[in-house]
Amino acid sequence: MVIYGVSILAVCMLAGLFLGDLLGKLIGVQANVGGVGLAMLLMILLSDKLRRAGRLMPLTEQGILFWSSIYIPVVVAMAAKQNVLAAVKGGPAAILAGAGAVVVSFALVPALSRIGHPPSGASIQEAEGKDRKDRTDREDLEERTDREDGA
Amino acid sequence: MTGILDAMAAVLIRNGLVTAFAFVGLTVWISYLVSGKLTGGRIHGSAIAILLGLVLAYVGGITTGGSQGLADIEILAGVGLLGGAMIRDFAIIATAFGVSMDEIRRAGRGAVLSLFAGVFVSFAVGAAIAFAFGYTDPVSMTTLGAGAATYIVGPVTGTALGATSEVMALSVAAGLVKSMLVMTGTPFVARFIGLDNPRSALVYGGLMGTTSGVAGGLAATDPKLVPYGAMTATFYTGLGCLLGPSVIFVIIRAFFG
Repeated sequence: MVIYGVSILAVCMLAGLFLGDLLGKLIGVQANVGGVGLAMLLMILLSDKLRRAGRLMPLTEQGILFWSSIYIPVVVAMAAKQNVLAAVKGGPAAILAGAGAVVVSFALVPALSRIGHPPSGASIQEAEGKDRKDRTDREDLEERTDREDGA
Repeated sequence: MTGILDAMAAVLIRNGLVTAFAFVGLTVWISYLVSGKLTGGRIHGSAIAILLGLVLAYVGGITTGGSQGLADIEILAGVGLLGGAMIRDFAIIATAFGVSMDEIRRAGRGAVLSLFAGVFVSFAVGAAIAFAFGYTDPVSMTTLGAGAATYIVGPVTGTALGATSEVMALSVAAGLVKSMLVMTGTPFVARFIGLDNPRSALVYGGLMGTTSGVAGGLAATDPKLVPYGAMTATFYTGLGCLLGPSVIFVIIRAFFG
């Protein structure tokens, strides 16, 4: 039944958020540490397990897939309830601090994406589109063979 | 006439969440129309929808003076529930359904490193900007740096360190600016930073850290990448709250104290 899927999702979320709160208390910060991330890991493990056991019925899946597909509209609603006025009113110091952090973080994505990965020898020409394309193609190939080995 | 309008408004208010479904559906529909007709599909419909959401939030803020954007308008209060943390997290977790564990394991080291790098870099940039604008005491510098991490880390760190309310407000504003820029900017830079596979999405989530920004940014770039980015991003605020008032404050104080 569809409700089983929704219910699995709910249990994953509640368990994850509880663990996140616990983790936050444990390290002494006033925040939920990775609750949603832990819930996602639970979701991945649980769905994998159920699928392997052949216990995941299509109707159960529908209960989860609905929420996954409603995700973008939810994000639009989230955007519509942001305090945009406060952000704009923060003035140049706030805008520069926020924008600076974004620009530098964006720039670090390619460098850190390579970590834990055999060097491709093209690390310096990272910005050139063609190199990157070659690299990702190679990665795809590697991943595919890895998976076959694992199976 | 006003009688009919009042009766209509009463129905909308009484059924807030359902009103939000109708309203957001309309917003998304208009956005995809604009995407197809005006940009020839070059700018993704969901990117336009998120931008439109932010513009509407600004309008809501101006008309009501509240802090909840459009949700402060009475007949649209349901937008606040639909876009609130509860439903948002529920939908984010649902996207993890069917994600491959292998990808996550493979990117593990890079993802963890990206979390630390993201937190430190944001604090550094925020603190530098604070210094440039004359906030030269370590508490204010750390607090504005915390805001450049996320708008939750800002006030948490500021409270722990005893920052002034002016600096706290500034740090929240910096975090909001960051979240909005990540939401709207990601689809435009994705191509240049190699954001097209699960591995880089995990790293991107860890570097950016703003859950709302990452959630929106990836949705507008490639919905398939959402679970990967969102997963690392949710650890960022906790890490920032942990490092900000402790390690990072001590470092900043050592240089500027």
